[in-house]
Amino acid sequence: MLTFIVRRLFAVVGLLLVVALVTMVIFYEMPQWGGQTPATMAVQYVGKQPSPAAIQGVIHRFGFDRSFPVQYIDYIRTIVTGTTFSDGTQDIACHAPCLGYSFRNYQQVWPTILSDLPVTLSIAVGAGVLWLFFGVASGLASAVRKGSLLDRASMVTALLGISLPVYFLAPLLSLPLAYRWSILPAPGSYVGILSDPGQWFLDMILPWTCLAFGLAALYTRLTRAGMLDVLSEDFVRTARAKGLSERRVIFKHALRAALTPIITIFGMDFATVLGGAVLVEITFSMKGIGFLAITSIQNGDFPMMMGVTLFAAAFIVLANLLVDVLYAVADPRVRL
Amino acid sequence: MTADRRGPTSANGSGERPFLDVSDLRVQFPTDDGVVKSVDGISFALERGKTLGIVGESGSGKSVTSLSLLGLHRRADRKGRGGARISGEIWLDGQDLVTASPEEVRRLRGEKMAMIFQDPLSAMHPFYTVGAQIIEAYRVHNKVSKSVARKRAIELLELVGIPQPNTRVDDFPHQFSGGMRQRAMIAMALVCNPRLLIADEPTTALDVTVQAQILDLMRDLQREFDSALILITHDLGVVAELADDIMVMYGGKAVEYGTAETVFRQPEHPYTWGLLGSMPRIDREVQERLSPIRGNPPSLINVPSGCAFHPRCPYTAETGGRSDTEIPLLAATSPGHLVRCHLGPARRQEIFAEQIRETL
Repeated sequence: MLTFIVRRLFAVVGLLLVVALVTMVIFYEMPQWGGQTPATMAVQYVGKQPSPAAIQGVIHRFGFDRSFPVQYIDYIRTIVTGTTFSDGTQDIACHAPCLGYSFRNYQQVWPTILSDLPVTLSIAVGAGVLWLFFGVASGLASAVRKGSLLDRASMVTALLGISLPVYFLAPLLSLPLAYRWSILPAPGSYVGILSDPGQWFLDMILPWTCLAFGLAALYTRLTRAGMLDVLSEDFVRTARAKGLSERRVIFKHALRAALTPIITIFGMDFATVLGGAVLVEITFSMKGIGFLAITSIQNGDFPMMMGVTLFAAAFIVLANLLVDVLYAVADPRVRL
Repeated sequence: MTADRRGPTSANGSGERPFLDVSDLRVQFPTDDGVVKSVDGISFALERGKTLGIVGESGSGKSVTSLSLLGLHRRADRKGRGGARISGEIWLDGQDLVTASPEEVRRLRGEKMAMIFQDPLSAMHPFYTVGAQIIEAYRVHNKVSKSVARKRAIELLELVGIPQPNTRVDDFPHQFSGGMRQRAMIAMALVCNPRLLIADEPTTALDVTVQAQILDLMRDLQREFDSALILITHDLGVVAELADDIMVMYGGKAVEYGTAETVFRQPEHPYTWGLLGSMPRIDREVQERLSPIRGNPPSLINVPSGCAFHPRCPYTAETGGRSDTEIPLLAATSPGHLVRCHLGPARRQEIFAEQIRETL
């Protein structure tokens, strides 16, 4: 198990190096294949009627005056060792893990990501609990009472959930709940959990619901299909033959087996949401990782784009590792 | 039929109801294609300490019979949909299981009656240890602490011949070999001392040397526990080892029912002849080849008219056209020997003596 984890951690590092390389090619190199030059790219970052010296300064700060491999190695090195940037007037110490410095909003990338993370984390954890609980519960109920009114109702709801995008569901829910009856705070309101937990919870209800609805729908279908498979397994019949109560047969024997693959998928989906719940964050104007990614793309903020991409990728590969380990814990037949 | 109430081996004429008494059991499954008549009116009886072998091809209704004894079918609702329609009577130790509530039957399951399933790898839960599964089976019906139940589980594993039961009790099913798994399965079935034990193809998934060990084990354990044993199989060799009575099933009906001795020595149904003829044996000269029964098992939705076996039967010409119009009755040909065939008893015995016996 330990060797497996260590080996996989090496693989994670390798994978992230590749991700960094590909992102760098996309953001730094490809514009130049399309006719951009370091000068035209740098022009975007200086004021109107820039002096050639200012342009040259920006080119240097981005590293466009060096060859691509050197840029890449420099980028990786600064992540590991940190570096010192100059914004033209003063030196800025960027400690490891240094993901660069955003010349758009005069902030270091890593601290910016960290400061936006609580928002995304708030969304992800709450929505994750909701969609896992409701998805599994309704999928379970559907499977146990297959063909019943409950099953059909939950399948129709699931279809709705899969078909309704967040940006449609959000106004649909907030119009009556937030604007007309003022039961919930209007979109755009967000306070940190530490400053006012009660308000935080109220603020989060709509974003959670909107994000969780679609995913819960998906998990309903997954759980239902998984449970129907497992319920026809021989070991479920054995459990009944032992005289166990139906409740015990369903929860201890069938659900236990059906849940394992669902937890695996949940790990991946959760990591994806942690890397930025883009639609929810934009729709509710919540400044999380997804919001950060979109604004940095709109602003052409290369270091920020790189940083967010790497960060999101790291979440996903680590979640993947965690899921594999959990799987081995859950299923004694799997040996790592 | 009252004379046969106690089963062929134990007919003793006393008025008491046998330990297990099944009469006119019917199990039907409504499907989109029609009603599947999996079990179509079978009756048998069994006393404790005795073994009944139910023999037939896949789809003859033998497994459905056993599952309905344990009440493991999802019952149909009042409109007769969504599950099995079960009618007839199943008396176990003086209680009718067909009319009993699901909860009453559940209490008996595992306690008074238990089942050994065919493929122990898929029949045991892959995520729980063998011990945990046996302990669970014991604790459903016995209010004891985990450590007491664990001792019981180890005791049972030892009884069924698992080496080092103290440590193997914590192994997972996939860490056992096929034969060991079947032993563990038997231990799980026996943990509450069930008085009725049903073994559904207990040796099919095992290799031949292990098969013999498992059959020996089952025979010994049956004696020790004095339980009634129903052995369901398509393999006549297996029932020859263990059974006191044999019921041959075809198309959801019993076609021949008698003591093992009678069914092996004086079989009278052409289907039984076919089964015996397709059984490989080493104690006779090698013939050119085994003689399988021609044709395929019948569809249980569209059961052939008349005698269900008639499309495969070589003797239909001798029934005077009744074979595909009239369902033959299960009639006594001698005390305790029932055969469902249009041919007369004398003619059947004649055919067997002249044509069949020498080929077996």
